[in-house]
Amino acid sequence: MAEWTPDQPLVSIRDVHKSFGELEVLKGVSLDVRKGEVICIIGPSGSGKSTLIRCINALNDIQAGSILVEGIEVHDPDLDKLELRKKVGMVFQQYNLFPHKTALENIMMAPIKVLKEDPEEVKKRARALLKKVRLEGKEDAYPGELSGGQQQRVAIARSLAMRPDVMLFDEVTAALDPETVKEVLITIKDLAEDGMTCILVTHEMGFAREVADHIYFTDRGVIVEHGPPATFFKKAKDPRTREFLSQIL
Amino acid sequence: MRARAIPGITRQATTDLAVLKPFDPARRTAHDPLMASRFIAGMDWRHALGIGLVVCLYPAIAHAQSHYTYAQAFSALWKWIPFIVKSGFLFNILISFFSMAVGTLAGIALGLMQISPLRLISLPAKVITQLFRNSPWLVLLFIVLLAFPFEVEAFGFIIPFPAWIKAVIGLSLPVMANIAEVVRGAVLSVPSGQWEAAESLAFSRRQTLFEIILPQCYKRMIPPWMNWYAILTMATPLCSLLGVEELINLSRQAIEAEDNHPELLVPFFGFALLIFFAYCYPIARLTIRLERKFAVKL
Amino acid sequence: MEDFFRQLAAEAPRWNFIFFYDERSWNRIVEGLYYTLILSVACVILSVVIGVVGAWAQGSPSRLLRNIVQGYIQFFRNTPPFVQLLFFYFALGQFTPTYSPDGWLQVPIISNVGWAIISLSFFAGAFNVEIFRAGIEAVPDSTREAAEALGFSRMQTYTEIVFPLAFRVSLPALNNNLVNLIKTTTQAFAIAVPELLYQCVTIWNDYPSAQYPTMLLLFVVYIGLVGILVFGMHKWERALRIPGYGV
Repeated sequence: MAEWTPDQPLVSIRDVHKSFGELEVLKGVSLDVRKGEVICIIGPSGSGKSTLIRCINALNDIQAGSILVEGIEVHDPDLDKLELRKKVGMVFQQYNLFPHKTALENIMMAPIKVLKEDPEEVKKRARALLKKVRLEGKEDAYPGELSGGQQQRVAIARSLAMRPDVMLFDEVTAALDPETVKEVLITIKDLAEDGMTCILVTHEMGFAREVADHIYFTDRGVIVEHGPPATFFKKAKDPRTREFLSQIL
Repeated sequence: MRARAIPGITRQATTDLAVLKPFDPARRTAHDPLMASRFIAGMDWRHALGIGLVVCLYPAIAHAQSHYTYAQAFSALWKWIPFIVKSGFLFNILISFFSMAVGTLAGIALGLMQISPLRLISLPAKVITQLFRNSPWLVLLFIVLLAFPFEVEAFGFIIPFPAWIKAVIGLSLPVMANIAEVVRGAVLSVPSGQWEAAESLAFSRRQTLFEIILPQCYKRMIPPWMNWYAILTMATPLCSLLGVEELINLSRQAIEAEDNHPELLVPFFGFALLIFFAYCYPIARLTIRLERKFAVKL
Repeated sequence: MEDFFRQLAAEAPRWNFIFFYDERSWNRIVEGLYYTLILSVACVILSVVIGVVGAWAQGSPSRLLRNIVQGYIQFFRNTPPFVQLLFFYFALGQFTPTYSPDGWLQVPIISNVGWAIISLSFFAGAFNVEIFRAGIEAVPDSTREAAEALGFSRMQTYTEIVFPLAFRVSLPALNNNLVNLIKTTTQAFAIAVPELLYQCVTIWNDYPSAQYPTMLLLFVVYIGLVGILVFGMHKWERALRIPGYGV
């Protein structure tokens, strides 16, 4: 395996096939994400977009094809999952905070337990991250005491604490009340502006249009069409894309 | 895009813990009264048989060199089985029937007393229930054994009070207390709207209870009632300590009649375990089936 | 105080609180309490350990291991604990290796108290496995996945995330089972473990006049023991309650 250099794509997906039993969810998907790029994957539900990003950090395995993250082959059976997960952060639709730990503890847990870092240093970093996601003063709150939007921002901070090179966002605003969606989106936008490589699965078209460098439209397990937002939203060629956009916009 | 609500996370928590998958809140509190039955029903009988065989065979191998062989011990068991079952195990069943009948009747009365609006009635009922629920069954059996006389004189007749009748009474006490809780729980599980609706139709409290509330409870009381029957049946061997001639006592007598070879212990006590299993398993299966059936419609 | 009970015994022959003034009886009660406590504490701890290990084994990828645990649960759940006790002590006890502390007597390495602890712990442990397994199943897969995505190993996910949450869910049912366990320790009477019930029976065999007082004592002690356990478990439950999730 060749050494990865920053001029190569950070994430490189080639002809990925994935099926759950009889049901084929991904039928040959390929895409590249360069360092610092923000890409959005959109498409109707059941089109395989969530499955795709779950494959990137090996929560799901794939049947064929290859996924490279900084030169690490995710599909390798001898994959060092810890190495991969240090590089890839993930935020879930339902936040999945650990309910028995405070916000600060949620953020500190993985660096201390998994990376065995110095607790004092981690604590400083965790506080800084909470500040970054605009949740100062919520250090000692338990997830159950926070709103959905606040929980989701803690979840983002928790992923960032592992200092990943790429962040995956799996429909992170879909479970939120409309009024809290915005605070989460602002947090993600801040991240993108800081140069974090992001892969988002989202239904927020306005947001995608504003922050994404590239948009991919998936339907029934394949990428139907992709392009920069300016051309994608105005000049979609494929009828399926046009139909989807007309329903959602 | 409609935000999807996740119980306990986006909305106000409906359960104790956000980590809980949504499930029947009625069963969340305290404990699952049907747990014993759920266990028994959730099992594959082959597993139990396999384990039983392994446990039985291990000593057979260990003692292969002994002069009284396990083959002899098992043939002795075979000879005694009809006696042990007919005179012993059937007596256990008889005791369980009587205890259940007495316990159920007393338990229903006690349960209804607990929900009485009069504190004078409900408070003693609650104390009695808690007292008998939390005392060890064996202690209750001994107390009945000692507290009751051997015979009572009534209307010039002398009515003997043999040990097995005392055992029936002793076992029916904890059953009574637990059935009382079942009744109370079932009545309280009927939505309060039913009481209000009946009241607005000018039903009296007694009428509401007997005409409207209780008919809705029968079905949901049956599975826990059967569950307690299985537990009671498994408590009947305790009567052997009172000198009742039931399965365990007769097995011991049989072992003695066969000259007390230690090789006899595994087959005889193993058989006792298996026969209880064979009796309680179908009951448990039925309990779970009924519970599922009744759970659907409310 | 002693005189009061002496006098009471003289005046009310059915209320002879002999253990309050007769030293031998008092010592019996103390010894009985001691063994009841030993049995209760040892069985509670051992059965919880069995429950945790068993529940973990039930989630293992090995089919054989899962079947063994399932078979264990079935066997111990479906037979009377009393008969189990007899089977363990009389049937299996005869195969226990012996040792000789003084060179004369042969003593089995597992005493009747030992067998009672083993038998009762396995009995209650079978319930605990199921209780903890239900608790583990109540932890959503997505929470487990989140831990995995953060790089936690299977073992770390279990000890840091799944078990602490599952334990809270399991506490009420566990509480109930442990109450039942304490009540079941009386059955060790059958294999002559000198616990409280056994001592009380010897006392009322020796002094029939002390029957009512010993019965009263039994009630008070067992209700008290159960009460302490329930009180402690409720306190613990409250201490472990996660803010924001209370009803």
